[in-house]
Amino acid sequence: MENEGLNLPNYNIPEDIQNVVAITTIDRLYNWGRRSSVWPLMFGLACCAIEMIAAQASRYDMARFGMEVMRPTPRQADMMLVSGTVTKKMLPSIIRLYNQMPEPKYVVAMGACASSGGPFKEGYNVVAGIDKFLPVDVYIPGCPPTPQALIAGMIKLQEKIDKQSIKKVRWYQKGKQDPNYVPMPILGPDLIDVRRNAEIKQAAATKEGA
Amino acid sequence: MATALQTQTVDLVARFPEKVTADSRAGYSGFIVNKENLLEVATALRDEFGYDLLSSVTGVDYIADNKMEIVYHAFRTTGGPVLVFKTQVERVDPIEIPSLVGIWAGAEYQEREIWDLYGIKFTNHPDLRRILLWEGFEGHPLRKDYKEGFFEEEAKPYKSRWPDGKHTFAEMKNPFRDNLKFPENFDPENYSPENEDDLYASLERFSKPLAEGELKTDHIVVNMGPHHPSTHGVLRVAVTLNGETITGLKPVMGYLHRNHDKIGERNTFLQIIPYTDRLDYFNSMANNFGYVTTIEKLMKIPVAERAEYIRVIMAELSRVQNHLIFVGMLINDLGSMYTPSLYAFEERELILDIFEAVSGARMMCNYFRFGGVVRDVPEDVMRKIKELVHDRLPAKIDEMERFLNENEVLVARLTGVKVLNAEEAIKYSVTGPVLRAAGVPYDLRRADPYSVYDRFDFDVAVRYNGDMMDNYLIRFDEMRQSLRILEQALKQIPEGPINSQKPQYQVRVPAGEAYGRIESPKGELGFYVVSNGKPNPYRYHVRAPSFINLTALETMCVGSKIADFVAQLAMFDIVMGEVDR
Repeated sequence: MENEGLNLPNYNIPEDIQNVVAITTIDRLYNWGRRSSVWPLMFGLACCAIEMIAAQASRYDMARFGMEVMRPTPRQADMMLVSGTVTKKMLPSIIRLYNQMPEPKYVVAMGACASSGGPFKEGYNVVAGIDKFLPVDVYIPGCPPTPQALIAGMIKLQEKIDKQSIKKVRWYQKGKQDPNYVPMPILGPDLIDVRRNAEIKQAAATKEGA
Repeated sequence: MATALQTQTVDLVARFPEKVTADSRAGYSGFIVNKENLLEVATALRDEFGYDLLSSVTGVDYIADNKMEIVYHAFRTTGGPVLVFKTQVERVDPIEIPSLVGIWAGAEYQEREIWDLYGIKFTNHPDLRRILLWEGFEGHPLRKDYKEGFFEEEAKPYKSRWPDGKHTFAEMKNPFRDNLKFPENFDPENYSPENEDDLYASLERFSKPLAEGELKTDHIVVNMGPHHPSTHGVLRVAVTLNGETITGLKPVMGYLHRNHDKIGERNTFLQIIPYTDRLDYFNSMANNFGYVTTIEKLMKIPVAERAEYIRVIMAELSRVQNHLIFVGMLINDLGSMYTPSLYAFEERELILDIFEAVSGARMMCNYFRFGGVVRDVPEDVMRKIKELVHDRLPAKIDEMERFLNENEVLVARLTGVKVLNAEEAIKYSVTGPVLRAAGVPYDLRRADPYSVYDRFDFDVAVRYNGDMMDNYLIRFDEMRQSLRILEQALKQIPEGPINSQKPQYQVRVPAGEAYGRIESPKGELGFYVVSNGKPNPYRYHVRAPSFINLTALETMCVGSKIADFVAQLAMFDIVMGEVDR
């Protein structure tokens, strides 16, 4: 068998096991495994969910990139694809699902609504972008994004995963709290973000706030 | 008999002098019924005049006259135009109107929606809770004096953006720096949210007292959704179970309530067209169709001949792809994961290619304009449509039928499982394929023809058992009829202009009201628009078939097994964008 160049050049591998042993870094191997099996949460909110299904279906076949295993339960999912308008009524459920996902976890905002509120931003029941609550890794523009755009966004996420280092990522370090933990918002007279209680109280006390 | 009913003119004023007056405002039609006599008149309409299906109930806030108006649209399932009647109340809280649920059960969720968005109480309503928003929400958003968190101006185009094109972030103008609005001196730390006791209490309405010797068993409550793989979006259903049998059921919606009505009232007439795309996001062409038909009625303008045919072609192609997806998704719900739906999606992609070629977008087409369509269909696209309609689609529909209809599992799961019978379907204002599968041949393309549908030779698909099998098979019947219409339309389509009007950004719509309706793949899609002569509609309401069909869900499922529930729900072919709007 010819030398296929599997080994990194700077390591001296005995002749008899060349092409049998490959040398790489733990990071690359680990990230290769993770980026090739991103399991999305099966979670459709609105119009974008239909394009998400189309991206999974016959013509576009997202399985080519290792992302076809949609998991209906958050406990088995790696990535939350927020596909559609986030409404105030729905938000507590989304936060609960996100908090139930095990780390490492990623959030992709698909479409204009999830990124910023989109055409419905002015609506009284619409959250102007999921990034007000969750840490978004990739934004995909479009209303709705075409399946090609969705796949391009997924590839961007893979590039992001490639750059992570097992030594530095938070979820393998002892005692580090998840800084992205989001407390459940409450549905009151309007959506109450409990992290902002003091601020809301102060603004509501002024006349223009009410 | 039916024809006699169809031609019978209704003169409510003669039948109920002093209780009913004709609506004489310019541009308006129908009758105004005194609030005290509403129940009497409604009963007579149903029993004497034969208006057996209450299509739509909605409210309008005439704040300048200090009045709230409730607008009812009813029709006969034997055919003919809709009858409009209204009732008016003083705009002083508490606003109360007698509920019509006892006469037309289909009013139930629509009246709840009016209570939610307008704050009008319906006396004797069996379960008057908020439906799209949550208990505890402050205010009734569709009232004209309600200002949302990101309120900027009453009507678009906003002065801040136009004509200079300057941009400001809405967040910067709101004291909470977000899309929020709280009552004065609100203290979030000491606030305790409302619980859902009312919802769970309402599940008990079918519970009967124990019979002699019957064993008392515990019922359990199961919540499905809003995140559930088979509820077709973000629908939540609260169910009580006795063993495996459903004893009570309530859908909880509003998880995708995107405020179409409120945003629509701020938009100009033309700006609404892309928003209608996002109602039933499988059928943006059909939604466009319904909306422009309504505004054309209001503007009293003709539609270019060629555009009429293009509209019909697009709407029917849309119906075919919708029903294909229905079949694929239904079989997904029955447990045959993915393979059949991949066949459906393959054909759908071909139809979406055509939409993309004519409009530029796969799903959100934004293709129709007042008086016509926005672009002509190029010759090569026309050829593609012909290939699809004449060769590919008929063969593929045959193929799907051959693979599926005799399938043992499918037949066992579908045959004899209850959906709705004709009486229930009419009572609950169900329209579309579910009504026709129950044996009522009511199809708007025949019953109240719009556009050029009266020129085509096609049958109204109808089946009589009202079970799941019939509901499934009728989709195939409808696809074949759609292909028949398409064949004729492709043959007859004339050359010529595609719009009777000049392209314009601002249309002049005279004051008045209009209710336009079309047969969307899901049922009767209606738009009720009130104009006061300004560039924006005064009221823009969508009569969404998915939403109103869900009223019958409880009756349909109580007594069935929980394992069948997901498939029964699939029969309505709901789309949450349309249910919650």
